[in-house]
Amino acid sequence: MTNDDTSFSGHRWHDMGGMTAGGIPTDQHDFSLWEKRVDALMVLCSTKGHFTVDGLRRVLEDMPASAFEDMTYYERWIASVNQNLIESGVYTTAELGARMSEISARGDTYGEAASD
Amino acid sequence: MPIGSKGCQTMPHDHTHSPSGHPYRKDDDVPLNYWQTLEIAVRELLIEKGVTTATEIAAQIDAMDARSPANGAAVVARAWSDPAFYDQLLADATTATRDMGFDIGPMKLIAVANTPQLHNIVVCTLCSCYPRNLLGLPPDWYKSRAYRARTVKEPRKVLAEFGVTLPAGTQVRVHDSTADMRYIVIPQRPAQTDGMSQQTLAQLVTRDSMIGTGLAKTV
Amino acid sequence: MVRLQVTEWQSGAEVRVKHMMPPGHIRTPSYLRGKTGTIERVLGPFPNPEDLAYGHKAPALPLLRVTFSMREVWGDTAEQPDDTLEAEIYAHWLERVSDDAT
Repeated sequence: MTNDDTSFSGHRWHDMGGMTAGGIPTDQHDFSLWEKRVDALMVLCSTKGHFTVDGLRRVLEDMPASAFEDMTYYERWIASVNQNLIESGVYTTAELGARMSEISARGDTYGEAASD
Repeated sequence: MPIGSKGCQTMPHDHTHSPSGHPYRKDDDVPLNYWQTLEIAVRELLIEKGVTTATEIAAQIDAMDARSPANGAAVVARAWSDPAFYDQLLADATTATRDMGFDIGPMKLIAVANTPQLHNIVVCTLCSCYPRNLLGLPPDWYKSRAYRARTVKEPRKVLAEFGVTLPAGTQVRVHDSTADMRYIVIPQRPAQTDGMSQQTLAQLVTRDSMIGTGLAKTV
Repeated sequence: MVRLQVTEWQSGAEVRVKHMMPPGHIRTPSYLRGKTGTIERVLGPFPNPEDLAYGHKAPALPLLRVTFSMREVWGDTAEQPDDTLEAEIYAHWLERVSDDAT
C-alpha cells in the first residue's frame, strides 16, 4: 500500500485559529463537583511537580479530533491527567484498573460511587 | 467532611438551578460514566499514595470557587479611579493585582487598556488559557471551537455576536494567549460616572468587558 | 541545539515566525507561521514548553510578544486589514528580519 495523499500539511485539529466555524454558543453550565475535582487534581499535581500544564496539553492535543466533540472539557482533562500520572509513575495501570472496577461495583451513580 | 462548605453549596441535591440560574449538571442522578469513574479512581490513588489529601482537594476547590469576575472588576474600578494604579497595572499587572491583595498564585498577568482608538479582545486559539486565578474559570463559550477559531480572523463579527459594535476609527487588537502570560482588558470607563466610588464603579465591570467581548455597563 | 541570547531581542524589532510544521506540542499557532511582525515587548525567559510537555528539563528561552497586522496574517481575506493581533512566541520560533541578516 502506498499513500499518495500529499495534502496533509501537519496542521493539527487543536490549532484552531482562523478555521471556519459557526456561531458562538451561548449555553453555559455550572461546574459540577466532579469537574471541580478534576480541575483541583490538575492544579495540585502540577504544583507538586508530578507533571506540567504542558504535559496536560500535549495529551489533549494528541487525542483524535473527534474527542473535542465527543467528550466534555473535563472528561478530556481527567483522561490527560491520568495519562500524565501513569507516565510519571505515580501509580500503575494495574492499580488503576483494579480501583476502577471496585468503584463501578459501589453503585450506579456518581453520588453512590464516590467514596467521599 | 471531605468537601468544604462552599463545595457542598454547589452540589446538586434537590435543586434544579443554581443561584446564577444555570442548570446543574446532574452527576448524582445520572448513571456513573467512565470518566467520572476514572476521576474517582485517580483521586483515591493520589490520596493513598500521599500525593494529596481530601482536605487539600476541597481547599483547592474552595479557592477556585472564591475567584470570580468581581476580583477583576475591583481591579478595573481602581484603575479607573487611581491614575497611579492604572499606570502600575499597565506596567506590571502581576505585581499590581497581587499588591492589591489577590492571591493569583504563579499567574503572570498583562493588562491591556481600551481607548476610543483601540479595542482589545482576548482569545486562546490553542487551548483555553484564561486569567482564572483572578477571574475564576472561563465561560463555556470561551472554550468553544467557534470562539477559538474565529476571533483571530474576524473579531468584529465575533464582537457583533456579543452585541458590541465599535465606532468607526476604533482599531481592534486581538490577543492570542499562546504562552505564559494571561490577559485582562481594562474597558473604557463609562460616561457620567464622575465621582462614583470604586465599589459602585465595580458594578459596571462585567466579565465579558474584561475579556473584550463586552463593554462596561453604562449608567 | 538552539543558540540564543536575550540581547538579540528588542522591542520594535521586525521578526518573522519560522515556517516549520513538526508534529508535537508547540505553542506557535500555525496561522502565524511564516508571518512577519514587530516585537511589542520582551518577556521571560521561560522554560520551553516543547520540552516540559514531555517531562524533560527545559532550557529557559526569551518569550516575545509580537504584533502583526491583520493584513499580514490574513492577506486579502482580512476582515479589517489595519486591525492588529498580538501573540507570545518563543525565541526559537523567530528570526530577525533586518538588513544585517546575511
